[in-house]
Amino acid sequence: MALIEATGVHVRFGERVVLEDVDLVVPEGELHGIMGPNGAGKTTFFNVLTGRVKPTRGAIRLGGENIAGLSPDRIAAKGIARSFQTMTLFDDFTARDNVMVALPAFRARGFDMRHEVAGDAGLATQADDVLACVGLSAKAKIVARQLSYGERRALEIAVALAQHPRVLCLDEPTSGLGSDGTRLLLDLIGRIRSRYTIVVIEHDMHFLFSLAERISVIHWGQVVARGTPHELRSNEWVQRSNLGRFA
Amino acid sequence: MAGDQAARLVTPPMLVLFAVLATVPMWIESVGLFQYLGVEILIWVMYGLAFNLLMGTAGLVSFGHGAYFGIGAYAFGLAQFHLSANLWVGLVVAALAGAIAGLFVAAFISHRRGIYYAFMTIAFGQIFWTIAIKAYRVTGGEDGLLRIPRPPADFGVVSFDLADNRSLYYFVLAIFVIVLVAMWRLVNSPYGRVLAAIRQSETRAAHLGYPVWRYKLVAFAISALVSALAGGLFAMGQRAAFPDVMSVQQSGLIVMMVLVGGGLVSFWGPVIGVVVFIVARDVIGALTFAWMIYFGLLFMLIVLFRPEGIAGIARSLAARWR
Repeated sequence: MALIEATGVHVRFGERVVLEDVDLVVPEGELHGIMGPNGAGKTTFFNVLTGRVKPTRGAIRLGGENIAGLSPDRIAAKGIARSFQTMTLFDDFTARDNVMVALPAFRARGFDMRHEVAGDAGLATQADDVLACVGLSAKAKIVARQLSYGERRALEIAVALAQHPRVLCLDEPTSGLGSDGTRLLLDLIGRIRSRYTIVVIEHDMHFLFSLAERISVIHWGQVVARGTPHELRSNEWVQRSNLGRFA
Repeated sequence: MAGDQAARLVTPPMLVLFAVLATVPMWIESVGLFQYLGVEILIWVMYGLAFNLLMGTAGLVSFGHGAYFGIGAYAFGLAQFHLSANLWVGLVVAALAGAIAGLFVAAFISHRRGIYYAFMTIAFGQIFWTIAIKAYRVTGGEDGLLRIPRPPADFGVVSFDLADNRSLYYFVLAIFVIVLVAMWRLVNSPYGRVLAAIRQSETRAAHLGYPVWRYKLVAFAISALVSALAGGLFAMGQRAAFPDVMSVQQSGLIVMMVLVGGGLVSFWGPVIGVVVFIVARDVIGALTFAWMIYFGLLFMLIVLFRPEGIAGIARSLAARWR
């Protein structure tokens, strides 16, 4: 069953068409890759999916409900969590606090002005469980800005996981990581993939082809090819493009 | 952030502060200062704490916050003249007037961020200031509202006369204790934590499911409410309300005080900043009319070299000492 179904998604910024009638279906439990050259519209598609950009037309259904044009907070509350290409963490917070504010249990108490956060051991325990899942248990009390680049990438994923999402959207998660960092991230996503529906935008073709069950290729704002990694390797467009060399 | 101290309703530094403040009327005159100075400091600290909920916690800079202090002052005076010459009525009307004005302004500006947000606060501040000057029949224009009464604190079975500054000081101290504890709790609550998250990244907070504009709106209204309560006490203390407290220049003073004190890094920044500013005004001001040059110089040095303010400097020194 399709958990995400985008139909005819069209985005225009003034005269410029950024996405043109994009159709994309992600079944529940699938790890779906999105690839394409810089400026192709991949991140814009993520921004539409997560409410940051309103589509000019088209529909995005999450479990059958059209969420196109809703605000980011409403889409997040419906179960779509995302990471950003440029890391966006709460740098003054500890790793634990970054994860804690992402928990639905915390969000439900967002307007609570009477009780203190520090005394709530339950929230801290939940946050620590998520940090353990991404291998950051030892860094719980470290302020986010003092973490290494790779640890910050892992923390971004932890923040997204803490939301208990139905769909996890990762925007170029290997960006800026060395080979060791990429390998660790590959392990991490491999460990969590069975529990989530994941959509990954990625430039690292080895990374994407070793993880994704199906991949969509976006170019000039359109989906020009789609299929399993095996199918894409033999796809004529991918063969002709620069992407084919890496795939 | 999630320290043990933050979990307490009243912390040891608060108890020390309250104990020291309780003794102020006993010694303030012997060091060459006067009783009313203590009242003024407490009122401005409340105003500073309210302002810093926006700037220090939520990262929202308001350059027109004097408007809400002034609205509280006028509302207190007008309530005394036209509703009831009663302290509680005056203070409740002052706080509510500030909250309503704050909600109105916040509804227009909470979708904005950064410099646009700051400029909108100036624009609304100027509108309120202009109304205070032009609505002569209601506000007394540039002359202000004069001869505002200082009604007694009537608790039904017992009533305290607040005519002299020493008793007024203890009354204001009681309100100050409530405001400080409430603000501390607010800053360390889940709501305060979300505001701190919004300060660091509105985008990330929104993608975690927080309706950012609503959080900003409520923060502005709370800040305006407490500022107006302080303004009401100020009108009672001064027995008058003037439009100059609503001017851009006066609004700038609270920004300076909070920044110098270290409001960006510490809850205690407004307390330190207000005490330093008002004592400097009276001590250096007794020596030279140009005292503001020296405070301005201190402000520039802090912004250039230690933007974390006096509280931040004290924190670094304490860390080095440990």
